[in-house]
Amino acid sequence: MHETSPTRPSRGSPSENRSGGAPSEHCLVPLSGWGRSTVVWARERSGEDLEQVTRDVVLCRGLGRSYGDAALPAREGEAIASTIRANRLLAFDPDAGVLRAEAGFSIHELVRFFLPRGWFAPVSPGTQFVTLGGAIAADVHGKAHHQQGCFGRHLRKLRMRVGDGSIVECSRDQHPELFRATQGGMGLTGHILDAEFQLERLPSPWIEQEVEICPDLHTLMGRLREAGDEWPFTVSWVDGFARGRNFGRGVVVKGRWARAEDAPPTPPPERFRPAVPFEMPSGLLNESTGRLFYEFYYRMQRRGRRVVHPAPFFYPLDSIRHWNRLYGSRGFTQYQCVLPEGDDIAGAQQIFEQLQREHAIPFLAVVKDFGAEGEGMLSFPRSGLTLALDIPIDRDRTQVIVDQLNERVIAHGGRIYLAKDAFTREVHFRAMEPRLADWTRVREKWDPEHRIRSALAVRLLGDEA
Amino acid sequence: MKAVLLGATRGMGRALAQQLAARGEQLFLLGRSPDELAASAKDLELRGAQGSVGYAACDLLEPDGFAAALDAADTALDGFDTVVVTAGLFGTQEELEADTAAAGRVLLANFTHTVMLCEEARKRLLARGGGTLCVFSSVAGDRGRKSVVLYGSSKAGLSHYLEGLDHRYREQGLITICVKPGFVKTGMTEGLTPPPFAGETEAVAQRVIRALERGTPMLYAPGIWRWIMLVIQHLPRRVMRRVGF
Repeated sequence: MHETSPTRPSRGSPSENRSGGAPSEHCLVPLSGWGRSTVVWARERSGEDLEQVTRDVVLCRGLGRSYGDAALPAREGEAIASTIRANRLLAFDPDAGVLRAEAGFSIHELVRFFLPRGWFAPVSPGTQFVTLGGAIAADVHGKAHHQQGCFGRHLRKLRMRVGDGSIVECSRDQHPELFRATQGGMGLTGHILDAEFQLERLPSPWIEQEVEICPDLHTLMGRLREAGDEWPFTVSWVDGFARGRNFGRGVVVKGRWARAEDAPPTPPPERFRPAVPFEMPSGLLNESTGRLFYEFYYRMQRRGRRVVHPAPFFYPLDSIRHWNRLYGSRGFTQYQCVLPEGDDIAGAQQIFEQLQREHAIPFLAVVKDFGAEGEGMLSFPRSGLTLALDIPIDRDRTQVIVDQLNERVIAHGGRIYLAKDAFTREVHFRAMEPRLADWTRVREKWDPEHRIRSALAVRLLGDEA
Repeated sequence: MKAVLLGATRGMGRALAQQLAARGEQLFLLGRSPDELAASAKDLELRGAQGSVGYAACDLLEPDGFAAALDAADTALDGFDTVVVTAGLFGTQEELEADTAAAGRVLLANFTHTVMLCEEARKRLLARGGGTLCVFSSVAGDRGRKSVVLYGSSKAGLSHYLEGLDHRYREQGLITICVKPGFVKTGMTEGLTPPPFAGETEAVAQRVIRALERGTPMLYAPGIWRWIMLVIQHLPRRVMRRVGF
């Protein structure tokens, strides 16, 4: 259908080392988000030359860590571009710490190639398996949000292919509205080809970590907020299963880059990462196993301060490959919302109580305080508390639960994170996003025909299915 | 390590070169497109390769240029000690059956010309007391199979040559490494249905680096293909004739 185009230049084309010409047709492959709930059969084009592979595709996809349908095409059989093989570094200025790389370059590579040399991104999400393009499209945040904001704050320049097929550069000075709409725009404003962003110089590639154990939710939230004044990285994990006086117990994890004199003399070694070898039975992660796990996990915590490897500190879940297989064939969804400052603690408590009542207890519950909203027009974070809750999918009940949670979040004036979402309805999304009109104006200007589209855009923005 | 790489701008060669760069090795690239070579050289320098990464034109379909390309590498690196060839041509059985000229190119590039390049490299390495020659063949060369009759036969010849070379010259210090990748997701396999156990370039590169350190004469990558091919090699002919593999 598309691969035998005679006008296709040979340089960098994926067919260059294929003697019999290009493959006549890409096969259909099943694509899904990290939550493995939605599956779309699509054609996935990949190649080292993104300018080449982004021609005539509806969407770019990186390492597939968005949980729902953000990186899935709108319709079965549509072609999307996989960016992961376009991973070249284009320029690095060690004086200014500015790095320019292709969109498929990943945070994982940043960890491998730059961390040992004392450089890192000021903002890093909870997994290192995120491409540069994906980090911009979701405007990812991390443990540093209360001080450093989102990834977009450290972004300087973008080169992208927009809806009409042309390639444009944008920055705070050049097409600033496209630059702002692309941060958090879920890949719908154009295909990101390469980007320039700021790194920070580290005193050492190791982390000084302090763990604090908190017996209940109020203590935990209070300690989390206080910790943010002193520590550049903070996050907390909540035992969603605990009830009674233990309700909302958890740990607050705080960190900073270790001073050179406190750190080991060698760079952090590569770590062995075992894999979940195949799909586990759905239902393996249930209330009983969850309670057991958390009882154990909570008691295993070592409080106090020590110097730790940066990988398990920033990316604890990455230490087991394919951990999403633990949820079985039904998959799971992550519900991540932010509740604006004010009655955010009460709101968080209500959400945990509601999930216990519904027996939809999150297997993983991460709570973090956000700093101020960034410039990304649809960027998720705003000042307040964010909750990220992993919930196994339970047939139709999951939709009901997400609906209920969304209504509560709307009542609190909060919103949800599109990189995680799979179940929100358009009406709820519109109620949460007064910013949508401005963003839509930019999208319409650059891509009035919606040539760039995704399953998420069909579900939440009313794009044609 | 002072390594010359042919085919390092893309696919497994790129992943391997990137990891060698991160270890601070000295690298020199050979390939067809000067633009691609320049972009990869820059990438490798930024990833930590020692000094500047040079490059020269070299095309597996033009063997007349091999000697000059290796001489350029020799000058730039002040005597290389390692030669890595990841380049090769591929076509599906259907494509090659339909186009005899294309089949000829695959056979020439993957066998005759790769061997000629290895011979040029061998002479240079032996003249300085040895070194490492690491060449990517394929699991497709392990057994005659319906789906890769032509491509597989070019790789079978190459694997044979590499084994012989290793036996003949290891005592004189020339270590020959034959890498047999299984299905790995690259431009070469673009558009094909990935089988179970499809590998990633990064994991292949890690295994190859370990083999370069140890001088392993032959390796499968990803490792599971060693066991898959062990079974395939022992299947009786009448079974092979029935399966589509």
